[in-house]
Amino acid sequence: MTIGLAHFLVISGVLLALGLYCLVTRRNAVALLMGVELVLNAAILNLVAFSRFGRGLDGQVFALFGIVLAAAEAVVALAIVLQLFRAFRSVDTREAAELKE
Amino acid sequence: MANSPGAIAVFYLFAAVTIAGAGWVAFSRKIVHSAFALLATFFGVAGLYAFLAADLLAVVQLLVYVGGILVLILFAVMLTSRIGALQVSNPSLRTVPGLIICAVVAAISIVVAVRVFGHDAPAPAEATTAKIGHALLSTYVLPFEVISILLLAVLLGAVTLARGHQRDED
Repeated sequence: MTIGLAHFLVISGVLLALGLYCLVTRRNAVALLMGVELVLNAAILNLVAFSRFGRGLDGQVFALFGIVLAAAEAVVALAIVLQLFRAFRSVDTREAAELKE
Repeated sequence: MANSPGAIAVFYLFAAVTIAGAGWVAFSRKIVHSAFALLATFFGVAGLYAFLAADLLAVVQLLVYVGGILVLILFAVMLTSRIGALQVSNPSLRTVPGLIICAVVAAISIVVAVRVFGHDAPAPAEATTAKIGHALLSTYVLPFEVISILLLAVLLGAVTLARGHQRDED
């Protein structure tokens, strides 16, 4: 038996679906961020898998950039969540729907 | 090229850790449990990178995701939820439509993965760190520099955002 490209793509697909579930059902902003991280991990896993089973390292370099962007996104999003909590005393995205304090 | 039984066992171990962690993140009712389950997912994905012969990426995944992003998320959880009210993850969409979306997306990606990419064989494994280093400083030197500027901008932006309204009080 061989572990092929499809194995990794299936894992990535399941990760994407679970992240999406997290995104559509949660109202807590931090939990939404976790869903985004799951989706990003699924995408990066795809890049690395294609890089391994294709030829060349371009996929891995792109995955590296993707990880850096994910870190940057998490930092800014968490700073915003912190401000959201200061303004509304909660991280419920429904309460933040009105854009005034 | 067939994998050895040990390698297959290791692959399924990492896959199970990844999927179980992600499932716990998605379905746990408590935000702290979700945050710690994310740790399992990141570890599992790092193991999968190692299995894919992406040694540098496996280490970067551990350093950046587990050491950076996860710690940040835990800080955010601790800072933004009162300890008595940890159960803050009320559903916005009902569970059933969410599950339907989840199942449809998973089914589509699994079918596409198995139908289209079922029979690919991997290239021979080799160390990638030196090659990625050369690529970053030759072919990809412009994105490399741009992303360093982006990191600086993110640093300043996050500090400015998180600092709050102190300027008003001067």
